Amino acid sequence: MIESELSHNPKRDGTNPGDPLPRLDGHVSHGRFEQVLRAGHFAVTTEIAPPDSADPTEVLRRASLFDGYVDAINATDGSGAHCHMSSLAVCAILTRAGYSPILQISCRDRNRISIQGDTLGAAALGVCNVLCLSGDDVSAGDHPEAKPVFDLDSISLAKTIRTMRDDSQFLSGRKLDLAPRLFIGSSINPFVPPIKNRADQLAKKIESGAEYIQSQYCFDMPVLKDFMAKARDLGLTEKAYIIIGVGVLPSAKTARWMRENVPGVHIPDEIIRRQEQADKPKLEGRKICAEIMQQVKEIDGVAGVHIMAYRQEKWVGDVVKRSGVLAGRKPWAPEKSFADIQAIS
Amino acid sequence: MSYRIRLFAIRHARFFEGLYNAVNPAIVGTLKGVNKVFGRKLDRPITAMERGLKGVLFDCQMCGNCALSKTGMSCPMNCPKTIRNGPCGGVRADGTCEVKPEMKCVWVQAWDGASRMKGGDAIQDIEFAVDHRDQGKSTWLRIARGEIAEKVSDRI
Repeated sequence: MIESELSHNPKRDGTNPGDPLPRLDGHVSHGRFEQVLRAGHFAVTTEIAPPDSADPTEVLRRASLFDGYVDAINATDGSGAHCHMSSLAVCAILTRAGYSPILQISCRDRNRISIQGDTLGAAALGVCNVLCLSGDDVSAGDHPEAKPVFDLDSISLAKTIRTMRDDSQFLSGRKLDLAPRLFIGSSINPFVPPIKNRADQLAKKIESGAEYIQSQYCFDMPVLKDFMAKARDLGLTEKAYIIIGVGVLPSAKTARWMRENVPGVHIPDEIIRRQEQADKPKLEGRKICAEIMQQVKEIDGVAGVHIMAYRQEKWVGDVVKRSGVLAGRKPWAPEKSFADIQAIS
Repeated sequence: MSYRIRLFAIRHARFFEGLYNAVNPAIVGTLKGVNKVFGRKLDRPITAMERGLKGVLFDCQMCGNCALSKTGMSCPMNCPKTIRNGPCGGVRADGTCEVKPEMKCVWVQAWDGASRMKGGDAIQDIEFAVDHRDQGKSTWLRIARGEIAEKVSDRI
């Protein structure tokens, strides 16, 4: 634990679940997510869909579905270029209840001035993790007439946050009084072209500052295995924690729709056929997910899985249990259940 | 038409790299002289020349931070997200752009072009986001005036 830094923080008595944890030696953040990874545990993360609502309890309700099953929760930032509650606000609500949210920052909507301001704000609100993304194009969303910003890209963004954290300054060189202690992440999609260069791109992402990586949906093990082999050859699995994205598909129809309409989603025909021919397609979707999680865990250099279960969030616990990837470990969950929190507010 | 020329330039990235490496010092050298004699008087026609030439060959967008030699001769400013370290994760299975399906992803092209180039490894270096103040400026003139290094790899 690094005393000088914590002394900057207001005095906390530890009774509030949102109080910052002590920063352990060799850790860049105060967060539990980094601690889980550095301790060598197989991490499980998932994604919360920010509500189309100004109601904070809806955020807590959605998060409570994952209690005891995940180590961190990604708060998406206008995913699919659709408007929702902001990632920063979702994260702030979650940190107050003690959760470990991952702030997703997309370069689509904000320039470097705004992003650096939000980065400081997020750290001040107790956020310990960020995920740097370029973001879906505005044309994919419900406001295609909006101005796409893309002042930075994901790699420049990671470098920016790294500069703020490690050099304690803005890009302009102006000094910060207290640097944001953020664990920096980036994404990779090993399943779409240029497949042979994706490991090289991963190297760039890590060089730019990414300490963990969350991948796009993996439904294709051979492609993932090739990618991981290249990543190991380049020594990248030693430099960053690689977390592989997995998906819970409700039906073959949804799978087909996603493949056609969601950029970057690759689902092989045999997966779709298997779900189509199953007696209980919904259950089959969860079995497929759990099996992929098990196979992913066996690959050398994989540090965890990231479960994306849009509109299937209630099944996240089920696939985690089914897969057994936690091997008996129970991730942190609030002492007070969501029902108690609701009673207080 | 111009799109087809752009693809041709990437397919022949090695030739264009050689041409670029041979011609660029000559252009910069000439411009250094021009700059001494005429100062900024000829900036507009010179910029127009650069725009015309690089526009035809590479669909150059005149970002003023030209990095063609380290992006496989594929101009990253043609990416709808203007990503300078691409590609993004949305590339379609056939290698086309998620936003403009009729166009090949400029970063799939870039990695392909880089693999044909002698100095193709430069694509591995991180290229920080562009300085938007330079939009529309001539990179040649900026190099000639010593505002930026001639080699992209020497720029910070």
